[in-house]
Amino acid sequence: MHDVTETKTHSSGQALETAKLGIWCFLATEVLLFGALFTAYTIFRVSDPQMFLTEHLKLNRIFGAVNTIVLICSSLSVALGIAAIRQGKQRMLRICLILTLVLAATFLGVKYAEYSEHIARGELPGTNNFFSLYYMMTGLHAIHVCGGMAALGTMLVMAYRGKFSAEYNTPVEITGLYWHFVDLVWIYLFPLLYLIG
Amino acid sequence: MSAYRTYIIVWIALLILTVLTWGISYINLGMGNVAVALLIASLKAALVALFFMHLRYENRLVWAFALVPLLFLALIIFGTLADTMSR
Amino acid sequence: MTDVTAHTATDDRGYLTEKGFWSWAATLDHKRIGVMYFYTTFLFFLLGGLLALVVRLELMTPGPSLISDHAFDVLYTMHGNMMIFLFIIPAIPSALGNFFIPMMVGARDVAFPRLNLAGYWIFVAGVIVVLASLVQPMDTGWTFYTPYSAKTGAAVTTISFGIFLVGMSSIVTGLNFIVTIHQLRAPGLTWFRLPLFIWAMYATSIIQVLATPVVGVTFLLLAAERLLGVGFFDPAKGGDPLLFQQFFWFYSHPVVYVMILPAMGIITEIIPVFSRKPIFGYKAIAYSSLSIAFIGFLVWGHHMFVSGMSNTASVIFSFLTFFVAVPTGIKVFNWIATLYRGSIFLDSPMLYALTFIFLFIIGGLTGPFLGALATNVPLHDTYFVVAHFHYTIMGGTVMGYFAGLHYWFPKMTGRMVNEKVAKLAWVFIFIGFNITFFTMFILGLMGMPRRYAEYLPQQQGLNIVATVGSWILAVGVLIMVGNFIRDMFHGAQATANPWHSKTLEWQTASPPATENFEEIPVVTEWPYSYGKKKE
Repeated sequence: MHDVTETKTHSSGQALETAKLGIWCFLATEVLLFGALFTAYTIFRVSDPQMFLTEHLKLNRIFGAVNTIVLICSSLSVALGIAAIRQGKQRMLRICLILTLVLAATFLGVKYAEYSEHIARGELPGTNNFFSLYYMMTGLHAIHVCGGMAALGTMLVMAYRGKFSAEYNTPVEITGLYWHFVDLVWIYLFPLLYLIG
Repeated sequence: MSAYRTYIIVWIALLILTVLTWGISYINLGMGNVAVALLIASLKAALVALFFMHLRYENRLVWAFALVPLLFLALIIFGTLADTMSR
Repeated sequence: MTDVTAHTATDDRGYLTEKGFWSWAATLDHKRIGVMYFYTTFLFFLLGGLLALVVRLELMTPGPSLISDHAFDVLYTMHGNMMIFLFIIPAIPSALGNFFIPMMVGARDVAFPRLNLAGYWIFVAGVIVVLASLVQPMDTGWTFYTPYSAKTGAAVTTISFGIFLVGMSSIVTGLNFIVTIHQLRAPGLTWFRLPLFIWAMYATSIIQVLATPVVGVTFLLLAAERLLGVGFFDPAKGGDPLLFQQFFWFYSHPVVYVMILPAMGIITEIIPVFSRKPIFGYKAIAYSSLSIAFIGFLVWGHHMFVSGMSNTASVIFSFLTFFVAVPTGIKVFNWIATLYRGSIFLDSPMLYALTFIFLFIIGGLTGPFLGALATNVPLHDTYFVVAHFHYTIMGGTVMGYFAGLHYWFPKMTGRMVNEKVAKLAWVFIFIGFNITFFTMFILGLMGMPRRYAEYLPQQQGLNIVATVGSWILAVGVLIMVGNFIRDMFHGAQATANPWHSKTLEWQTASPPATENFEEIPVVTEWPYSYGKKKE
């Protein structure tokens, strides 16, 4: 089957630009995806502030802060990895990708611990609207973390196969942009759910 | 080289801001808590977007793709809120 | 799909040459993907239409006669779901848009061909899941309002996932088009040399990308309420049923512009070609497409005037609703101005294009009746609304789609449509459509509510008229479809540019080669310089 992907662009620079526009367009959709949940959050916070005051204290602020730091570190590791491959440093890219994956897994591990705690105490998605928001927002976010891990894992496999170089690292760059967005969403989720009452 | 340095500096700033926002949450400022928390979160978000996501060095089209959705986010939040608050 | 017969003068079937299931299922060719979308969505046009015919049959007598009230609920619900999510939203963008956008911008394919293919199969997955929900068919209306949708025994959770998948396909399509239009334009093809169909599709894609995620989450939350007891829409848990409507309409109002803008784009292409005149007011039409897309995001509350929304919000939404008429009116004025003193050729594409203008004006003018707060109250949920949206969506978008299909048929298949039969079909469609739906304006004013099998005895006459109209309309559609099928195999051989159009897709063979152009064209002028010199 004739593959037209290579003939369509005039240069590799334009190919990168095209891929970047593609991922930013996708991130735009994600802003609105999470945005609907942020809207629900705003509505309930305004109409029932008391619920937020009492319920948010039931969240584990330490776990939340740890996870925030974990994700920030993972953003750093993927950014360092991309900077490395731009200089052709293959091994450093692989190390950074592995580090990012480990941190992402840590994030999920902490979330698992948190969810277990809540479920054990009978704090379920249907308990009240605060916990509905908590589970929906962090749940959707966690799904995106899983998706990000799949993408990062794919990048790692491709990196081991030597597909990336200083000249060609577009997929890593794109994956990195997605990953930073996942971090960005959590940067807002953490204070909104855990910190303000 | 400077790319690595920039990332490390931004990373440290993000860590500091995280500790800051976590710490402030233990102090009762009433409505101020919301404002401060969102302010710090937005500062962190800006750092991630501008430096980690390279927005600082991108052209106007990419900026448009990044900012226009935020306008629509504001639209859905405030449009829906307008109803809730005026009932 | 077999399409080569003894009537071909040459054996060059271009992009259609390669055969076999996998050459279609795993294709990266935007034209083949467009064709696959065409067949899939058209199937639901026909199925949804069949459901409508049964609905109309039931409505010949007041009260449940042929079928139970519950079965009636299922019929109009699935008619709506199939027509809206599985036909009209994807049809023009994913079928005609996929086929023609790359060609019209002088590219070999869309920006992300593999994503395009993935989008098609996600759509198919969504279709399968939606159909799976028929084990416990929907009875909620296509609008799925809570609390009923959260409590009914119908397979709402299933269909929610199906619609989510279909929505993902819509997002993928829009994303691909936006990047394609930005990045893959041929040398010399500046923004203001683009065909206006491209401007329309660009505006449409922005809506798809920004609005669809919201309805995706909405359906996710509906499923979460049913599965996990999430109570955002449940008053017993401090939730608000109106919040569902806010989220639902934040998407579903802009989506009607996803439906109409591509059709308007098609009309804007056809009118200059068949008037042999440059389009009047190119920039105004281009900007009006963007304006309609933007304003469309501001008015969603006008579906909720009687739902319990606050008076303040209602007044604001009603006020804003009137603004969308301005860019729409600009388009209509410009089309008419293009026709004025043009050299009109009334081939089937033009016939449908003119039909669009006429029927869409009627549909559009009945919009303000519904957008104005005072008149909305008695008209809400009556047949007036049903008539309004059928005039705009069917009289508008579907006629525009038919116009596009007749216009581009030679390019897609390499054969001409039989004009006589096409025009015969049109007569039935036009007459049938107006009889069916104009009566509904009157029924609505008489107070007949929608979504009921029951009505007052004095409303029966008009209901019978509408039903007979639906049969005439159905006959017309069947003639049109039969004509297309026959012409695909036995139609006259088409030349590269039978309509003498100046847009780039016509500067290729009919049907085009897989790579579209031998050499990427260099563009030096806009595509509407008709009538300047002898053709």
